[in-house]
Formats: sequence, C-alpha cells, structure tokens
Amino acid sequence: MTVIQKKADNPIAHLSAEDIEIIGKELDAIRDRVLADRGERDARYIRKVIKTQRTLEISSRAVLLFSLFPPAWIVGTAGLAVAKILDNMEIGHNVLHGQWDWMRDPKIHSTTWDWDHVSPAEQWKQSHNELHHRFTNVVGKDNDLGYGIMRVDEDQPWRPMHLGQPLWNLINACFFEYGIAAYDLELGDHLKDGRHKDPAFRARAKAVGRKIRRQVLKDYVLHPLLSGPSFLTTLAATFTANLIRNVWSHSVIMCGHFPSGVETFEKTSIEGETKGEWYLRQMLGSANISGSRLLHIMAGNLSHQIEHHLFPDLPSSRYREIAPQVRALFDRYGLKYTTGPLPKQVASAWWKVIRLSLPNRRSEVQETIAPAPLVSTTTA
Amino acid sequence: MTTTAPGRPQQVTFRNRLLRLAGMVTTPLLPQDYLDLIAPLRSGVALRGRIVAVQPETRDAATVVIQPGRGWNGHLPGQYVRLGVDVDGVRQWRAYSVTSVPGRADGRISVTVKAIPDGKVSNHLVRRIRPGTIVQLDQAQGDFTLPAATPERVLFLTAGSGITPVMGMLRAGLADRADVVLVHSAPTRDDVIFGAELRELAAAGALRLVERHTDTDGLLGVHELDDLVPDHTDRETWACGPVGLLDAVEEHWTSRGVPDRLHTERFRPTVISPGEGGTVTFARAGVTVEADGATPLLDAGEAAGVLMPSGCRMGICFGCVVPLRQGAVRDLRNGDLTTAVPGDGVLIQTCVSAAAGTCDIEL
Repeated sequence: MTVIQKKADNPIAHLSAEDIEIIGKELDAIRDRVLADRGERDARYIRKVIKTQRTLEISSRAVLLFSLFPPAWIVGTAGLAVAKILDNMEIGHNVLHGQWDWMRDPKIHSTTWDWDHVSPAEQWKQSHNELHHRFTNVVGKDNDLGYGIMRVDEDQPWRPMHLGQPLWNLINACFFEYGIAAYDLELGDHLKDGRHKDPAFRARAKAVGRKIRRQVLKDYVLHPLLSGPSFLTTLAATFTANLIRNVWSHSVIMCGHFPSGVETFEKTSIEGETKGEWYLRQMLGSANISGSRLLHIMAGNLSHQIEHHLFPDLPSSRYREIAPQVRALFDRYGLKYTTGPLPKQVASAWWKVIRLSLPNRRSEVQETIAPAPLVSTTTA
Repeated sequence: MTTTAPGRPQQVTFRNRLLRLAGMVTTPLLPQDYLDLIAPLRSGVALRGRIVAVQPETRDAATVVIQPGRGWNGHLPGQYVRLGVDVDGVRQWRAYSVTSVPGRADGRISVTVKAIPDGKVSNHLVRRIRPGTIVQLDQAQGDFTLPAATPERVLFLTAGSGITPVMGMLRAGLADRADVVLVHSAPTRDDVIFGAELRELAAAGALRLVERHTDTDGLLGVHELDDLVPDHTDRETWACGPVGLLDAVEEHWTSRGVPDRLHTERFRPTVISPGEGGTVTFARAGVTVEADGATPLLDAGEAAGVLMPSGCRMGICFGCVVPLRQGAVRDLRNGDLTTAVPGDGVLIQTCVSAAAGTCDIEL
C-alpha cells in the first residue's frame, strides 16, 4: 500500500470531479432512505441485543461461581467472552458512535453509555469518532494506521523498532483494551516529548487509571472472591474471557483498514475536501469481512467497515441491508470493494505487518510515481 | 419525630454502601441495569408504568389504564401526568390529565387520550399501544385542582378532551359536595368523551349537564353563558379546552370583574412554530444571539463566545451533542426538523443543526 496519490495506476484516475459528487449524492440518498425507515424495528433490535448481553453476562458469571468444575469453567468462560465481545462491539462501539441517540432513551445514548473496557468512553469517542473517522487513512493524521507503534504503509518511514512489530502486534492483540486506552491517551507521544506533566493529560490519565482499577477489581478480585473455593479458576476464566475478547476485537479491527486493497491518502490531499471526496476516501480506505449474520453481530458489524465508515451514525444492524446498494455503486463507478472471509483478511493484515517490519524494497519504490492530485480535474 | 432522626441517615448509608459494593461487581453497568431486566416497576428507580388496558371511549378517544411503578406518589383530581412513550422507536413525552380516582385499591391510574390529526403520540396511544408495554412516567403535577375547601357552586366549561381533568374531579366525588354545572362542547353526541357516564350523573341529579354539539349548533359563544348559566360569574369556574375558548373565557371573566374565580388549563402551553433561523439562547452562558437558518448552532454559539463542545464539525463524531431544552432545529444535511419542549430530553448535534425558530440550549 502506498498513498493513492503516488500510485502508478491511481484507482480513481478515471473519475471526474462530477462523478465524485454524484457518488456523494447517491450515498446521501442511501442514508436518507435508511433514516426515513428507521424506527421501532431498530429500537427492538438494540434492546434485544442489550438484554441478551446482560442475561448472558450475569448467567456466565453465575456459572463461574462453580468454576472449580471443568464443565462450568468452559461454559462460563465461553459465555463471558461472548458477553464481553457483544458489549464492546455490537453495543458499546455503536452506541458510543451515537447510532442509537435518535431513540432519545437516556439509557442508550452516546452521552451516558459506558462499556466493559479500560478506555473511558469519553476518551475513546474523541480519538475514534473525531480523529479516526474524520481523517480515515490519511498518513500522518489517522493514528489508526499502525496505532503509532507499527508501520502499515510504505509511506510511513521505516525505523529499526519496526523490526519487532510482528511481536508488538501480537502483544497488542492479547492486551488490546490496554493498547486502546494508551492510544486514546496518546501516551507514547506525551511520554516522548515530556508533555506528561500537562494538567489536561494528567486528568485524562487519572480517568484511565480509575477505569482500569474498577475493571481489575471487578474481574480479578471481586468475582473470584465471590466464587469462594473457585477463586483461582474464576480468576483464570475471567482472564481467558478478556484475552478472547481482546484477540477477537483486534482481529476484526485489523481487518478494517490494513488488508491489501485498502488505499491511504496524503495529508495535503484532504485540504478543501468536498463531501463527495470525503465519501470516496471512506469507500477506498476500508475493507469488509464476509460471513454469516452471527459473524457480523460478533464483529459489531465492523465486518461492514465500508458501510460503517460511510455512515458511522446509522444503526449497525442496517449496514448488512444497505451493503448490496453500496457495492453496486462501487461496481458502477469501477471502484474496488475490498472484502473477504475473516481468515483471509486477518492473514492479509498480518502479512502486511510482517512485510513492512522491513524497509521498502527497491522495486516498490520504483513503482511509485510523482504525486498526483486526488481528484482528476479533467472532465469527460 | 426526633427519635427516628439518628436512625435514618445510618440506614441510608448502609443502603448506599451496599449499592456501592454491588456497583463494583457490575461496573460499568449499575446493579439497577440488571434489576431492570426483571423488575422495571420497582421503587427507587426512574418512574415507569405498565399499560394494563386500553378502553375505547369514542371513535377517536381511549382510556389507557396504567400500573405505575412503586415510586408513584399519587395525584390530586385535575392534575396531569407526563408520559414518555416510544413511538416508532423514538421516546416522546406528552402530558395527559389523570381521569381515575386517587388511591384506587389496585394502585392503577388512567389517562384518557383523544387522537388528534397527525398526533404522533395520541394516535399511538389510542390505536396502537398494547397492554404490557412499559412507558416512562413523571409524578403528577399541575394546579388545575380543587381548593382544600370545596366551593359551594362550581362551573366547568370544557371542550373536547378538556373534559378529562374535570372527569377526574367528578369521579373523586365533587358532585356530592357541591352544586355543579358542566357546559361541555363536542362535535356530536357520540364524540362526547365519557358521554354515558356524564348523562347518568346528570340523570341522577348529581350535576346539571349542558351539552353543546358544535357540528349542528356551532361553537359556543361566551355571551350565551348569561342564558345557559345565569349565575356563572358567581360560580368558581374551571375551564379546559382549545386556546380560542380559553382566551374568550378569560376575557369574559375579566370584563365581568371576577378574573379570580376562573381557573384555566391550557393543554399545549408551548407552541413550537418552526421557521428559518431564530433567537438562540444559551441559558447558562447567559448569551442570546440571532442565528439564520443556514448557520450551524455550533458556529453561532462560538461566534458569540460560548464555550461549545465540538469535534469533527461534520456530523459524524457526536462530540458536540447538547440538550435542546425548548425550540426547533433543522438538520442541515437533509432538512429534518426536531422540536422540543421542556422535559423532552432532546439532544442535538450542534454542528449540523441550525435554528428553525426560537431555541433554548442548555449550555
């Protein structure tokens, strides 16, 4: 992957400025159709998912009170892992996006929601909704490109620390929620340039500390204590459930922007960007995962990353429904709709992490040409 | 009593401690969130109610019987209750007069709703809501109530669903204690809500009922009251109905020099009339600005020096969401209109919303 502006075969060279604006209008129309139809069915869906999650969590934790018995350990751990995944993905991520704010239910609202995660909702909303979704795949602006610890684009400069990035990625996968908390805090940057004494940063760091304490107290002290003789086995079960949740969300999220076929963009290319160009960047900067309905729910519908990035505030359950229309639009304008089954996409993302741990090869450098504007100004 | 004073705070602390401990186990959720799954009507939580029955009254009105949660404090005849109902998935709040007798043995209350044309909530309650549905409730409020000392002679002037608070008073036994005249307007005989019950009361001599069927007899003019109820200005009067009626009645009682004897209930105190642009008030910041229909409220507020929360400024990050206390805004992306009256709890994205009338923003 190289920023789209430097590619020899720029995949959007065939689009005129008018084309791009028409694509934008068509996407607006898809959004408006969903808004016009959004209603009770959607409300029922999210309430059902929340109810399922809560029932599953409380019953799994109840089963784990007897985790000394191996069958109880297995059932409880699996249930708790699924509950935590639902909480983070289909519920937390999407509620915090404001996808359900329209219901005006103060209990299911982006301003009041909190999730089973060590990053406080407020901080995550800022780094994710405001920065990543706005600057999607803009090299140097979207920190999700490698999370600041990895090199996932040829145009990111190589440094010796990148040699270890397959390992960093593995560690990040296992402790993903902590990685996200550190990332939302911009911990690395603040430590590097000594801004860690900045009062605003300290206040945010304290909020993270509080959240971590609460999460650890619940998962690793109180629930094991409640389990009495099953203390150690419950501790292990909660740790395992957190590990499964972390690896799963890391895998799904890595598939959103890292697999091959996804484009990146230059910083200067988004100056004065129109709505149509913004949409186009989201279209080319995201990748989907194909699979069953269950996979989509467990992925928080981030398996419809393209649709999510186009319409981050539409109910997640609608992405699957509009995907065929979005895909048809890609086809009509000769654009690549990147998608594939989970194993293939995960492998593709990992391959990139491994490949780019080494400096660019000469041949790759030669492939690139001089920067061209994002939008071709010639009209047909 | 002083003896209970030392005990009470201790109890509260113990309960709070227990709740805090439970909260550590359920974080980030609250223990309540789990209890809500099984007992949504228990005490100590936001008040809710369960719809028990919906009984048709006329072709466009129905009585909705509600089992309120344990936190319900009861009501006085004539008071109203605010109901939060999910219509098409969106929570909408409306106020309805309580028509049931206070302190029923089964603890239930009822409101009587008339479906108004294009009325989102009223049509939903009259025609679609099913028993078993949970609705949000507020405590009863309103001062359209009888004084502690029942007046000897009473006049009720009502029209349409304006009969509902009065029915609450009549059912509470007012007619046994006072000489009551009721002048009620409705389009036809069949449209009179509680028609049968009122006629029965009148036949039993409990009250004098004057029915006005406006489809055939035309609207009631206040000047007719001299003939219909000659002593009307001597009576303690409660009026409830459309704005036109109330305005005329207020003028009449004032011109007769007895405005104190008149009590009115205006069902829709705030009329939101959407337009383009408007006066925007940021109450806490103490700032008022004029904003046109094309300027995002975020820009208008910032230009006036209000500390506005903000984020992507393009409608995707929800970092700028604030409560719209009252007023109307238009979504600049697709022209969708959002209106709010106090208590609705409407939150808006200021970066993609422009004033569509007077707006009162909680900042």
